[in-house]
Amino acid sequence: MVQLVGVSKTFGDAAAVHAVDLSVEGGKTTVLIGPSGCGKSTLLRLIIGLLEPDRGEIQFDGTQLRADKIDIVRRRIGYVIQEGGLFPHLTARGNILLMARHLGRAENEMRARLSELSALTRFPENLLDRYPLELSGGQRQRVSLMRALMLSPELLLLDEPLGALDPLVRAALQKDLKEIFARLRQTALLVTHDLAEAAYLGDKIVLMNEGRIVQQGSLADLQQNPASNFVSEFINAQRGLALT
Amino acid sequence: MKSLFIFRFVFFLALAASAFASDRPVVIGSKKFTESYVLGEIAKRTLSEAGIPAEHRQGMGGTIILWEALRTGQIDVYPEYTGTIAQEILKRNDRVTFDQIASELAKFGIGMTRPLGFSNTYALVMTRNQAQKLGVQTISDLRNHWQFTFGLTHEFMDRQDGWRPLAQFYGLNPRSVIGIDHALGYDALVGGQIDVKDAYSTDAKIAEYDLTVVEDDRNFFPRYDAVFLYRLSLDEKIAASLRGLEGKIDEATMIRLNAEAERTKDYAAAADLYFGSKSSFGETFSHKLMRWTARHLELAGFSLLLSIIVGIPLGIWASRGGAIGQVILGFAGIVQTIPSLALLALLVPLPFFGISVRTAITALFLYGLLPIVRNTATGLQDIPRALRESAVALGLSPRARLWQIHLPMASRSILGGIKTSAVINVGTATLAALIGAGGLGEPILSGLNLNDHATILQGAVPAAVLALLVQSLFDLLDRVLIPKGLRL
Repeated sequence: MVQLVGVSKTFGDAAAVHAVDLSVEGGKTTVLIGPSGCGKSTLLRLIIGLLEPDRGEIQFDGTQLRADKIDIVRRRIGYVIQEGGLFPHLTARGNILLMARHLGRAENEMRARLSELSALTRFPENLLDRYPLELSGGQRQRVSLMRALMLSPELLLLDEPLGALDPLVRAALQKDLKEIFARLRQTALLVTHDLAEAAYLGDKIVLMNEGRIVQQGSLADLQQNPASNFVSEFINAQRGLALT
Repeated sequence: MKSLFIFRFVFFLALAASAFASDRPVVIGSKKFTESYVLGEIAKRTLSEAGIPAEHRQGMGGTIILWEALRTGQIDVYPEYTGTIAQEILKRNDRVTFDQIASELAKFGIGMTRPLGFSNTYALVMTRNQAQKLGVQTISDLRNHWQFTFGLTHEFMDRQDGWRPLAQFYGLNPRSVIGIDHALGYDALVGGQIDVKDAYSTDAKIAEYDLTVVEDDRNFFPRYDAVFLYRLSLDEKIAASLRGLEGKIDEATMIRLNAEAERTKDYAAAADLYFGSKSSFGETFSHKLMRWTARHLELAGFSLLLSIIVGIPLGIWASRGGAIGQVILGFAGIVQTIPSLALLALLVPLPFFGISVRTAITALFLYGLLPIVRNTATGLQDIPRALRESAVALGLSPRARLWQIHLPMASRSILGGIKTSAVINVGTATLAALIGAGGLGEPILSGLNLNDHATILQGAVPAAVLALLVQSLFDLLDRVLIPKGLRL
């Protein structure tokens, strides 16, 4: 679905992403994990075209991303960020339908899709006319997910979507996300720094450090055959926390 | 979409402003002193009675402003004095005859009536008490009183037939010469802050304050026969009506009319005294107030509309930062630091502007620009990066991002800027009267001229009320135009 070949991106002197090769497989959930500042969010921003790579190539569905065609590609990708990124002046419905309206989709088609998504994301339809400020954090993330899924994207990018939520809401949403991905056979690329979340949601885990991919595979691969000291340290640190 | 509301609002303003534009009547100007106002009113009523629609722009300023306005066609008629024409307009130092003046003026396309019947020469005046006590009778006598303070009008100080040549001619060298407004100067003279002031020989104040005219013993001042100047391109009927006033107003009559104007604070009433009847063309106070207010709103509304149309795009541009953004904000900031009076004065001599409503609107427009530009720019810059990026990541076109995301999110700030501009414009529009553009500044200006607080308040109170109303109107508009989600 998405191929990154030798992608590098530098901010000032610091290399945010260094010669990254990555392939995101269709119908699967790939999880990018690593410490803060390791470049995982930067990779997502490169794919959605908020950043342009200094070197290397990003292919979406077999064709290279180009600045002049990026809007077309963006409409085939859903993007959810930590704070939801909902526009405060639009209702939940307004946010979700924004792009569909921009593209002139039929009103009844949009209405049907909206009901479908409400059911899928377990978001009560009677809250659709509320503004973002009138919703809880978890509800906002569900709306944000609906907005990202509205146009049935081929790829869903999630940048720490549950990072700002309290543990109970977070657990509920993790469970729902897993179901949704499975039901839609959604190709997803999720960024998190939580190994348990990565293990629960991911078909493949990609561990990054200092702008490079250190190792990729299942959690078991990472645990049993760590590619470096960093991999075992990262895994042990998170497991240690989980035990206390 | 909320942007539709903005369109409707702007459209409404445009409609309201254009409703005031109408056919141009004969425009009579007058200078900023009582006699000129009264003559202007007499000309207006004379024309009106001849069935010619006429409008009087009161107290537009000094000689040069009126002359330029007449020459360039911004006004059609105004009262002037032969001595002033020779000295100030034609720049002749020699004594010229009446016919020489007329033929010189014709070269500019300007006609002149025969004298109206009185001469209003410049004079120096003192209080009778002090003149008698110190034995001052002639200007030559003033040479012996170097300790006097002379309080002179600004125009007199600068005129060719004014203070400097007069002082040179008579060898006067007083200790102190200060510039003071004509009406206020009388109070200063009676109050003893100044000893000598310039006056017009037909001033009603001379009798009212029991002043003595210091005799021009060496005949320095030329004759100042009152005449009407008019554009030769006017209809012959108009000139004929004005010529009907030739020789009809003698000096005693003029002094009486001036006294009446100062007493009643009503120039039209003084003109009525001349005609011996109340004018059927006279205006009631409520009608005047309507006219002033309508013009005031026209000035403030049109200029605000322009500020919005130009200011929001400039603000959008400035919000993108960089050198251009700095230049735009810098320019708007600099305009704001120019005193409003100075800005008007700077625009008046430029071609296209001059003494006109469009000069006033342009000045107000420039004034209203900064709050709108700055608030638009900051409103847009304050949108969090995550939300800007979300709009980009969705694949919205730049145009859709601007109209559907950025502008609505910045709407509170933009409307705040528009509100500030509107209130500033309503206040500053009172200055438009200085260049004859009318509005609520008109009574304020005549009140200042008459040194009459009641007349000043006739303009000042409605202007203040208008500013408050505008403020409340915009507070209401906030509720309509700012999206609900931003008001939670």
